[in-house]
Amino acid sequence: MTTTAAAPTPDITDRPPKRKRFHIEHWWGVLWVLPSLLAVMIFVYGFIGWTARVSVSKWKGLQSDYTFVGGENFTNLASDKRFEIDVVNTAIFTVVFVVGCLVIGLGLAILLDKGIRAEGFYRSLFLFPMAISFIVTGVVWRWLMNPAQGDRLSGLNLLFDNLGLDFLVNSWHATPTWGIAAVALPAVWQMSGYTMALYLAGLRAVPEALREAARVDGATEFQVYRQVIMPLLWPVTLSALIILGHSSLKVFDLIIAIAGKQVALDVPAVYMWTTTFDGFYFGRGAAIGIVLLVSVAVLVIPYLWYSLRQEAET
Amino acid sequence: MTAATAGVEKSRAWVYIPLTMMALFYLIPMFVMLNTGFKSFDEVSLATMWNLPSGLSLDNFREAWEALRPNVWNSFKIVIPAATISSFLGSINGYVLSKWKFRGANVVFPLLLFGMFIPYQSILIPLVQVVSWIGLAGSTWALVLVHVIYGIPITTLIFRNYFAALPESLIEAAKVDGAGIWQVYSRILLPLSIPAFVVVYIWQFTAAWNDFLFAVLLTSTDNWPVTVALNNMAGSQIIAWNVQMAGSFLAALPTLLIYIFLGRYFLRGMMTGALKE
Repeated sequence: MTTTAAAPTPDITDRPPKRKRFHIEHWWGVLWVLPSLLAVMIFVYGFIGWTARVSVSKWKGLQSDYTFVGGENFTNLASDKRFEIDVVNTAIFTVVFVVGCLVIGLGLAILLDKGIRAEGFYRSLFLFPMAISFIVTGVVWRWLMNPAQGDRLSGLNLLFDNLGLDFLVNSWHATPTWGIAAVALPAVWQMSGYTMALYLAGLRAVPEALREAARVDGATEFQVYRQVIMPLLWPVTLSALIILGHSSLKVFDLIIAIAGKQVALDVPAVYMWTTTFDGFYFGRGAAIGIVLLVSVAVLVIPYLWYSLRQEAET
Repeated sequence: MTAATAGVEKSRAWVYIPLTMMALFYLIPMFVMLNTGFKSFDEVSLATMWNLPSGLSLDNFREAWEALRPNVWNSFKIVIPAATISSFLGSINGYVLSKWKFRGANVVFPLLLFGMFIPYQSILIPLVQVVSWIGLAGSTWALVLVHVIYGIPITTLIFRNYFAALPESLIEAAKVDGAGIWQVYSRILLPLSIPAFVVVYIWQFTAAWNDFLFAVLLTSTDNWPVTVALNNMAGSQIIAWNVQMAGSFLAALPTLLIYIFLGRYFLRGMMTGALKE
C-alpha cells in the first residue's frame, strides 16, 4: 500500500498518484454502502414510482390492473366528500397539535432554563411520553376522553366534575366537526416534551453575555425574551414546525386507536388504508399516498436542503 | 456571592408551581393505567376511576398478561434482530459517508435521508406485494426486513454525525501505517462508537416496538406484535377497560424501562432525528 496520499501535497497539480489511490478507496466505500443504497433505492424510490404508477391506473379489486387512466383518481379525490372531511380534519389537527406543542414546549423550556435544581427530573418527566407508542397513548386517552354524559360521566369529564370545573365537561372527539381537535390533545401530550427539548437546546445556545447586555440596557425580563432570545430561536421554531407539521400529515396509529375507522374523524392516512386494504380501490389508495408524499416533500425537502447546506458551511 | 445566588434561587421559586402543574398533567395517563391496573375486579368501576385502590391486586395485570403474552414475545422476535442488524448497517454507512467519502457521497446522503420522512402510505401497496413475493408474508421476519430497511436513513444519520465529529487525525495516522478501509473501521472507529451503537439500538428498538402501521399490514394474527394485539383488545367489547389499562401498561413497559435507564441516549437519537445535534 502506498502512503503518498497521507503526505501533505501542497501542489494541486500533483494529481495522478493521488487520484489512483482515491479510485481504489472510492470503490471500497461504494461497495460498503451498496447494500443499503440498493435497499433504499428499491424500497423507497422504486416503491414510490410504483405507487405513482398505480395512482394513474384503473386498478380496483384484488386483481391488479395497470390500465392507464391519467389523473382520474386525483380528480375524483378532489370531488370526494370523504377526502374533503380528511383535509379539514388534517388542518384542524395540525393547527391544534403544532400550536399546542410549540406553546407548551417553549413555555416549559423557558421555565426549565431558569436554572432550577430539579431540572433533570422535570425534563425527564415531560419527555417520557415520547417512549410510548401512539397505540398505548390512544387506548388510554380514549378512556380519559370518554364522551358519555350524565350518570355515566367518566374519565377527565368525571375529574372536572369532581373538581367543580363542570364548564370543562365536553364530549371530546364525539363533538361534531371539531372532534378531531380532541384527538390532537394526546398527540400534544406525547410530543410537547420533544418540542421542549428542542427549545431547551436552543436556549442553552444563547450566550449569557447577550442577556446580560440587554438587562444592563434596562430591558425587562419579558423584553429580553421578546427582543433578544425569541429572534435567536427562529431556527429551532422552524425545525419544530417542520418535524411536527410533517408528522401530523402522517398521523395514523393514534386515530385508529382512539376513533377506529369512523368517517367523522378520518384523515388521509386512514382513508388510504381503508380504501386500499379494506375496499381494494388500489388506484384511489395510491393517489392518496402520492398526495400525502407530495405534501410532506414540500415541507421537508427545502428543510433538508437548508440543513445540509448549513452543515457544509460550518 | 452565595447570598446573591440564594436570592436568585428564592426569586425563582414560583417556577415550580407551573412546572408541577404540568408534571401532574403529564402523569395523568400513567396514573390511570396503574391506578386501574392495581384494583381488584370487584373494585373496578368507571364511576370511581379516580379513587385509589384499597389494596394492590394483580388481577388485571394477570389477565392482560395472559392475553398479550404471545404478542409480547412476537414483538421481541421482531425488535431484537431488527435493532441489531440496523445498528451494524447504520454504522457501516455512517462510517463510509463521513470518513471514507467517495465522489457522489454528498448526493447519496440526502437521498438516503429523505427516506426517513416519507409517509409510508406512499409505499405500502408495492411493499405488500414484494413481501409476499419473497415469501415473508404474515411472518415476523417481514417486519424485521421492513424495520431494517426503513431504519437505514436514521441509523446512518446518527452514525454519520457521530463519526464526523471524531478528528480526522485519528484516521490519518492509521492510514499512514497502511491501514485500509476495514482496518480503520474495526481497529479504530468501531471500538470508539459504542455510544452511537447504544443510541441507534435503543432508537430502533423503540421505533420497532411502537410500530403499528407495518405490523397490522404485514403480520398474520398469530404473529401480531403487542401494539396490534392491544389495539385489537381495546376494540373488542369482551375485554373490560380495566384489563385494557393494565395491558397498555405492559405494552409500554419495555420502552419505558429503556427510557428510564438510558434516557440520555434516547434523547440524543431524538435530537438527531430533527437534524440537530
